[in-house]
Amino acid sequence: MKSFRIILIVLLSYLFVGSVYASEGKGLEIATEVDVRDRGFGDTTSTMTMTLFDQYGNSTSRKIRNRTLEGTDEGDLSLVIFDTPADVKGTAFLSHTKKSGSDDQWLYLPALKRVKRIASSNQAGPFMGSEFAYEDISSQELEKYTYKYLRNEDYQGLDCFVVEYDPIDRKSGYSKQIVWIDTKEYRSHKIEFYDRKESLLKTLVYKNYSKYNGKFWRADIFEMENHQTGKKTILEFDDWKFQTGLSAKDFNKKSLKKVR
Amino acid sequence: MNFTNSSYGETLLNNRLIAIIFLLLITVGMSFGAKNLYFDNDYRAFFGKTNPQLDAFERLQKTYTKIDNVQFAVEPKPGSNASSVQILSAIEELTELAWQIPYSLRVDSISNYQHTEVDEDDLLVEDLYEFAEQLDEQKLDAIRTIISTEPSIIGRIHDPNHRATAVTATVQLPGKNPMEVVEVVEASRLLKETIEQNHDVKLRLGGIAVFNNAFLEASENDMMTLMPAMYLVILVVTYLMIRSIYATAMVVLIIVPSITFAMGFGGWIGVGLTPPSASAPTVITTLAVADSIHFLVTMFQRMKAGHSQRDSIIYSLSVNGKPIFLTSITTAVGFLSLNFSDSPPFHDLGNITAAGVMAAWLFSVMLLPILMSFVTVKPKETLGSLNNYMGKMGEFISSKYKAVLIISIFISVLVTAAITRNEINDDFLKYFDEDITFRADTDWISQNLTGLNQIQFDMQSKKPNGISDPVFLNKLETFANWARNHEVVTNVQSITDVFKRLNRDLNGGDVEFYRIPENRELSAQYLLLYELSLPFGLDLNNQIDIDKSSTQVIVTIDDLTTNQIKAWILEAETFLKNELGMDTVAAGPTVMFSYIAERNIQGMLWGTLYAVLIISGIILIALKDVRLGLLSLVPNLLPAALAFGVWGLFVGQVNMAVAVVTGMALGVIVDDSVHFLTKYQLARKNHNLSAEKAVVSAFSGVGTALLVTTIILVAGFAILAQSSFGLNSAMASLTAIALFMALVADLTILPALLILLDRKINKSNASDNVVTA
Repeated sequence: MKSFRIILIVLLSYLFVGSVYASEGKGLEIATEVDVRDRGFGDTTSTMTMTLFDQYGNSTSRKIRNRTLEGTDEGDLSLVIFDTPADVKGTAFLSHTKKSGSDDQWLYLPALKRVKRIASSNQAGPFMGSEFAYEDISSQELEKYTYKYLRNEDYQGLDCFVVEYDPIDRKSGYSKQIVWIDTKEYRSHKIEFYDRKESLLKTLVYKNYSKYNGKFWRADIFEMENHQTGKKTILEFDDWKFQTGLSAKDFNKKSLKKVR
Repeated sequence: MNFTNSSYGETLLNNRLIAIIFLLLITVGMSFGAKNLYFDNDYRAFFGKTNPQLDAFERLQKTYTKIDNVQFAVEPKPGSNASSVQILSAIEELTELAWQIPYSLRVDSISNYQHTEVDEDDLLVEDLYEFAEQLDEQKLDAIRTIISTEPSIIGRIHDPNHRATAVTATVQLPGKNPMEVVEVVEASRLLKETIEQNHDVKLRLGGIAVFNNAFLEASENDMMTLMPAMYLVILVVTYLMIRSIYATAMVVLIIVPSITFAMGFGGWIGVGLTPPSASAPTVITTLAVADSIHFLVTMFQRMKAGHSQRDSIIYSLSVNGKPIFLTSITTAVGFLSLNFSDSPPFHDLGNITAAGVMAAWLFSVMLLPILMSFVTVKPKETLGSLNNYMGKMGEFISSKYKAVLIISIFISVLVTAAITRNEINDDFLKYFDEDITFRADTDWISQNLTGLNQIQFDMQSKKPNGISDPVFLNKLETFANWARNHEVVTNVQSITDVFKRLNRDLNGGDVEFYRIPENRELSAQYLLLYELSLPFGLDLNNQIDIDKSSTQVIVTIDDLTTNQIKAWILEAETFLKNELGMDTVAAGPTVMFSYIAERNIQGMLWGTLYAVLIISGIILIALKDVRLGLLSLVPNLLPAALAFGVWGLFVGQVNMAVAVVTGMALGVIVDDSVHFLTKYQLARKNHNLSAEKAVVSAFSGVGTALLVTTIILVAGFAILAQSSFGLNSAMASLTAIALFMALVADLTILPALLILLDRKINKSNASDNVVTA
């Protein structure tokens, strides 16, 4: 009888461990599928309006242009050009996403006519004073997280996988992210960000998805709400273009000075 | 004789069951309100909704991150200092773990201070240090130089002489539940224990969150220690007075439902308990017992004279019914004057106490007679000798009334003159007694690390992105430098330090460039670069608003008196206006507390006037004699003045709570003069006595009762004066002194004045029919 009980416990624990493995495996599978479905976009350009709201509804906007080149061995390359406010016009931010470790980042300061490398490993601070951290909007490389499939859930009429993303970078501002990904097109619809004490910090909602070049889904609106401070940031994308002919030459330190 | 009003007593005793059911229903009904009571442990509760300093502060908090925080100050072991590897390492762990405190938004310390460094075109922004134990001496020396010189660190989170260092956790409480503060403080205390065990250091806890929690602890402390002491005094004094265990127990039975009724009432009107309002039960106990004593003393006296217990109860009700009602009403009116205070906790104290006093009246004239009718009690020999002594004192005052008058006027003038020696000082962190740990810890922090008073200045450029404008930045810098030139200023937090540092570092570390960047594009782009380099939680939202049009300068100043702080604020605001053309006003808790006393006094001037007018009106109606009514103003108003004088002589420092004393004490004080004058009037009119003889009659008739009730009241307020909360203790001490002074005035100046003024119109009435009962 006793030995039977032990066998049962062992079996059950195998089952349990097995299910954890299964959920990790399935989480990674889903994240990989998200990544695979977006492969081959080549390069994109878009314009973006970033509007910051405080908890009392006061707001302020800035305009930015984005250029992204799909990475081959390493992560994506991206360039952000600031158009407003006037005093930062022409400032350009270049980043090379890494699969492990900190991304390489440079900023061109037109007032100083110099390119400065941002040599810090801090990528969790707010981007331009917004509710988005750099790590929220930088290219989501598979290697930056471990994954755990949680459940399937309906989100606004879409059947979604709910997957937990656990950041590997110990300087990340988050303990975990919970992501809602629809089972049909593998698009992210909602992300909940949990801070280091595992309290819900922010929620990001993606809205107005459109399909480009018959394959690539892009959302036009990112709404990020901070639950702890009541502040909100909305990103509105416009003018998405794919495969515009950008190359690695357009994403190096030298090109940064000449960017228009 | 005086059985005209006996019908009430008869009716009551014939319908005991109905009366008890009625009292039970209203008490139980009212007590349901108690479920709405909660502890309001936020210092902002002390400020009314229309308080302009609160308004300025709230506007500031809407723009920038709140500054509710917990400060962990690390005290080095003797012989060591706050830059030792051991402490650096403790700070590192503490900084990491402080992120786990509930509702924490950011954590600041020397370890996560964002140090900037340049290597050619690389800008490195990172924590000042990591893994302290593995650092070599050279690196440690570099760290020590920075933490003893960097303007944004020294005098804020690190003492330049390494006597202390601190970790500050900023918390944003959702404000949905008063227990949030408790959660934060409990987590902080646990963290403190962990660090103390792991690193052999001593930690001290300061900050606004801990300050708020101290309100709760002070209230709890008071309830645990003061209430039992209060009951003990009541039991002892009542027993000594009436020598009946049963009657003493009945007095407690009157107090308990009175408090229940009052606190339930507080719940119904939505009171949040703060130390002042939480002291209401103690005050009610003190006041309620006087009613019972008056009733019981008369009843026992009557029984001793050979009347039956039932007749004595009815007699006592008929004699005391009116005075007990009158004195209850005046006391309630006095407490209601607290509604004129600028500080809501005093409204609550006033309203709850007023309700309690009226409940005590109801229970004394309904429940107590019924309870006394259920058992047989025997009258015992009580304070007879005291009665004789009182009579003698009356004779003495009558014969020497001129001397008494001259001496008392002389002393009154002398003592009253000392009122001017009082200085207002609302050092709010010192509202708490040394036995509350918060007080000891903040005292240590203020001596070794940083001032406790933070004054915030919302510097507005009035243009989007205007903070990058060099003209604006230079104004900020001028102000910051001006502030730093003051001996009392321990730290000035200004965004200009960041700009200067960046300008230097982005120009190859050239110290020549440690100045405001020359154009706005440079500043704006530096700021963008810097913001991109900051880690989670350490953003600039606490210093800059969202459209970068304004920034706050936070000035930390040493322990100063309220007047010194107000003077400094005025100087700063004048400098901003005249030298820099900015109409910025100072804001923050320190500013709010600096002006609260002034506002409270202004409000209470009206409140006191209202109390004086209404209470005098009530006395006039009761005595039906304008002359006596006007005369009563002297012994009613003088005691408060004398109390402030005595305070000026022996203490000299007052806080905002003292403003409420005059109006509040007046309601209690008048009881004595009402009792005395009623007796005097009775002797003059009904028995046609001369002024001298009427005074003696009043002395022997009510002297003992006045003495005993005053002893109880003074004892009650003296116990409340032991409160660990400064506003309660100051208010109670002054009230106790005023009540004592009132007794003295009623037994000296009042009779002397009565004789002086009434002697001439004495008709030489031969009737010597002195009635003493």
